Amino acid sequence: MKNRLKVLRAERDWTQARLAEELDVSRQTVNAIEKGKFDPSLTLAFKISRVFALRIEEIFEDEGDSAA
Amino acid sequence: MPSAEANHTTRAALTRRNTVTLAKWTAAWLVTMALAVFGPRFIWDYAMVGTLSAIALNLVAGFGMIVANIRHLKGLDELQQKIQLEAMGLALGVAVVVGLAYSSLDITNVISFDAEISHLVVIVALTYLAGVLVGQRRYA
Repeated sequence: MKNRLKVLRAERDWTQARLAEELDVSRQTVNAIEKGKFDPSLTLAFKISRVFALRIEEIFEDEGDSAA
Repeated sequence: MPSAEANHTTRAALTRRNTVTLAKWTAAWLVTMALAVFGPRFIWDYAMVGTLSAIALNLVAGFGMIVANIRHLKGLDELQQKIQLEAMGLALGVAVVVGLAYSSLDITNVISFDAEISHLVVIVALTYLAGVLVGQRRYA
């Protein structure tokens, strides 16, 4: 699953550690999500959407959607 | 509502506290295990009450360690839990497969020595450690 986490974080000039603080997860988890190595749970996805004040589909993109 | 920084501090502090607690229970379990194994020979000259007490103490410490490990796992975030789950799945699989094969080698007298449970514990521990390291690397 693709996501815009890195872009959104850069727009706010946040480090991965800062975003990890906001999400209450480890920096490793933020890094893994950004690189597409780990898909967050629905709970964490909602938390991410709240932090960036965006809808989930504005942050995450199913790779099946982009191929269609 | 606590700030994000306070939340993170809480999570980090919780993980650190849970890790220290787990380490203490693990140390207690190891010490009581040594007491139960070596105590009869070196301390109380095989007196039954001493041996039973040491084994009971070891069981209590062991259950404390199990509870501390569960709390430690619950305190991790979802990726860290996933890494632990995969490592434990691997370690459990290796324990069953290698353990039974090792036992078969002993039963059929293919190996000249006894298949000790301690050998299996070492293999499981090393497999778990390797599983955690591979997981950390995979999601780095």
